[in-house]
Amino acid sequence: MSKVLHGNDLKTFRRGGVHPDDQKLSAAVPIVTLPVPKSVKIPVLQHLGAPAKAVVQRGDKVKVGQVIARHEGAFSANIHSSVSGTIGQIKEEMDSSGFKHLAIHIRTEGDEWLETVDRSETHIEKITMSREDIITRIEDSGIVGMGGAAFPSHAKVALPEGKHIDTLLINGVECEPYLTSDHRLMLEKPKEVITGVRILMKELGVERAIIGIEDNKHDAVTLLSGLLRDDPAIEVQPLVVQYPQGGERQLIQAVLGREVPSRGLPYDVGVIVHNVGTTFAVYEAVQKNKPLIERIVTVTGKNVSKPSNFRARIGTPVMELISAAGGLPEGTGKVVAGGPMMGRAIGDLESPVWKGMSGILLIPEAEARRSQEYRCVRCGKCVEVCPMGLEPYLLMTLAKSGDIKQADHEHVIDCIECGSCSFVCPSNRPILDYIRLGKTKAKSRKS
Amino acid sequence: MNKPLLVVAPSPHIHADLTVPQIMRGVIIAMVPALIMSIYNFGLGAVYVTLLAVGFCVAAEYSITRYLLKREASIQDGSAVITGMLLAFNVPSNLPWYMILIGSVVAIGIAKLSFGGLGNNPFNPALVGRVFLLLSFPVAMTSWPKAVATWTLDGSTSATPLGILKDGLRTGETVDTLMKQMPSLQDLFFGLHGGSLGEMSGAALLVGLVYMLYRKIITWHIPITMIATVFIMTGIFWLIHPDKFANPIFHILSGGVMLGAIFMATDYVTSPVSHKGMIVFAVGCGVLTVLIRLFGSYPEGVSFAILIMNGFVPLINNYLKPRKYGVNHPRR
Repeated sequence: MSKVLHGNDLKTFRRGGVHPDDQKLSAAVPIVTLPVPKSVKIPVLQHLGAPAKAVVQRGDKVKVGQVIARHEGAFSANIHSSVSGTIGQIKEEMDSSGFKHLAIHIRTEGDEWLETVDRSETHIEKITMSREDIITRIEDSGIVGMGGAAFPSHAKVALPEGKHIDTLLINGVECEPYLTSDHRLMLEKPKEVITGVRILMKELGVERAIIGIEDNKHDAVTLLSGLLRDDPAIEVQPLVVQYPQGGERQLIQAVLGREVPSRGLPYDVGVIVHNVGTTFAVYEAVQKNKPLIERIVTVTGKNVSKPSNFRARIGTPVMELISAAGGLPEGTGKVVAGGPMMGRAIGDLESPVWKGMSGILLIPEAEARRSQEYRCVRCGKCVEVCPMGLEPYLLMTLAKSGDIKQADHEHVIDCIECGSCSFVCPSNRPILDYIRLGKTKAKSRKS
Repeated sequence: MNKPLLVVAPSPHIHADLTVPQIMRGVIIAMVPALIMSIYNFGLGAVYVTLLAVGFCVAAEYSITRYLLKREASIQDGSAVITGMLLAFNVPSNLPWYMILIGSVVAIGIAKLSFGGLGNNPFNPALVGRVFLLLSFPVAMTSWPKAVATWTLDGSTSATPLGILKDGLRTGETVDTLMKQMPSLQDLFFGLHGGSLGEMSGAALLVGLVYMLYRKIITWHIPITMIATVFIMTGIFWLIHPDKFANPIFHILSGGVMLGAIFMATDYVTSPVSHKGMIVFAVGCGVLTVLIRLFGSYPEGVSFAILIMNGFVPLINNYLKPRKYGVNHPRR
């Protein structure tokens, strides 16, 4: 079956959205594999859920791919060593969330991998593993959502009674400005990504998959739909460029026209969403027996001399990636892990690369601070751009005044924290900061 | 290596490039074409009234916040300048200075600052000032200088087209004969007729509208809906009784419909926040304007209509919320 794409095939989500400047500076830069770092620092919590429990001790020798922390309970993920060497300190350290968690330090010695890992670059298309084995392999390999939220991937297959999945959605939207790691992956490893999609289809038992890609990555749309010409089960859906289309609720609405119910999950409308990076990690885990020990990280920013896409080991200090991209530019005022709309600012350049880190954005001093705040003039722009149909100005007022009951009634919990309201507010009001506060309080009020 | 000092703050880390001072500047720029037409038509009087109103409003804002409320003076956001310009746009170009002073103090002091300043005022300050003047000085507020650039400050006065219409109909004349005394539609469109300082030229006001839409300062919802409502409603009356009611083009081009729809009803603070709410608000403004014009005792009703609808804004915001994603919606 051939698929011809036209401009008018483009879809998008129905409500709100903003158009920040694209700034995909590293879109044409091929992925470069970084040298193995001299030492790594691997947090035991790199995912949504409970921290993994360290199963190594100081002085232990480990190989690349060896489990160093094991998941406990369903909402957790295994952590593997990304280098070979000796375990150093295992101590509590503050991570980018602002909370302290255990991190395992490893001093690198050589680069010795577990013998079970297939390190060749050859693409293995044929899927021989059974569904049950695929599920176990994804769980064992410590795979989490690599688009940023880091939801443990194996947890998505455990459906509650009565839920049925008909479509697998692959998120190749990459709607954050600057980031290009998913784009490069689709261009450089398209066959592996497609095989990953087929593995996930087998895992979920679905007959249909759709890869959603924003049209500013037209080359990826063309490449993947060309490779999928003879496969009617997997479609490529080009999308209008609009933030936050990569939010799974927005993507489901854009591609399928379905709305995930408030407080529900995608499986409530028969959909499971996986990111392109996750799909590639699933391919490597199932076909190559390679756990999640490295990922693609974009290093970018207006003053970065060589905006780059690196394949880096988990635990590599952020500073090593910055050095490889030409060094820290003079007058850098903020370093963001992730994109400019939803990424987290990090205060320490020795912070490690973690599973959910899609990019490192260096922001110049002049743009690092918020501008003067004015009073709310009730312009309604936050209401206009909110993709969830909420009223951010009102939620901010309610959260600020402590009226959590009313904020809950106004669905503060449905906020996806995309930041469109704060982005657009002409009074520079910290709308999302207060909504986050309101969300936290509304959640604790429930429990 | 020296560790750089890094800013750590929650996302988002970038911001759209439209801020409150830029918006206020944009609105001021959008009013310039109408001001130029006004100066062309009324001469020095337009300059004099505008400068006085802006000066008085800024001075009132500064002195009240600084000396009465004893807090930081809030003039740098530019909103007092806009209030001053809008007040000037809504009065005759030969209004005495002390009336302008009273109007400015009422607009800024009572309508705006007594409610807590920018963002908290329920009613459009310039319109409150204007209506206060209209009720206090009815003669001065309805003596319109002739629309001829005289470059002197005491020209002779003339009635507005709407005033001619209202008075004529009251004395039993037909619309047909009255229309013969009116300026042509071209003159109405370009502003060669009697009336308030800034409401003269539909053409100049529309240029301002296009500019504000282009800069994304406002959306189409309020201005287009309000003008369309006036057009459709007067059109219906005109089709039923062409000898008792004037035609819809005359209605949207005369009086303050354009000025009100483009610059007064679109005031962020006193209009609804959702698109749905904006449309309901604008329909209300249009309907009330037409009812006052056709059946009320005043020839013109834009100011009253907008002020009345301002009062409904909290109610509209409360009941016309945007549709929330995933709430009360069929699952498939």
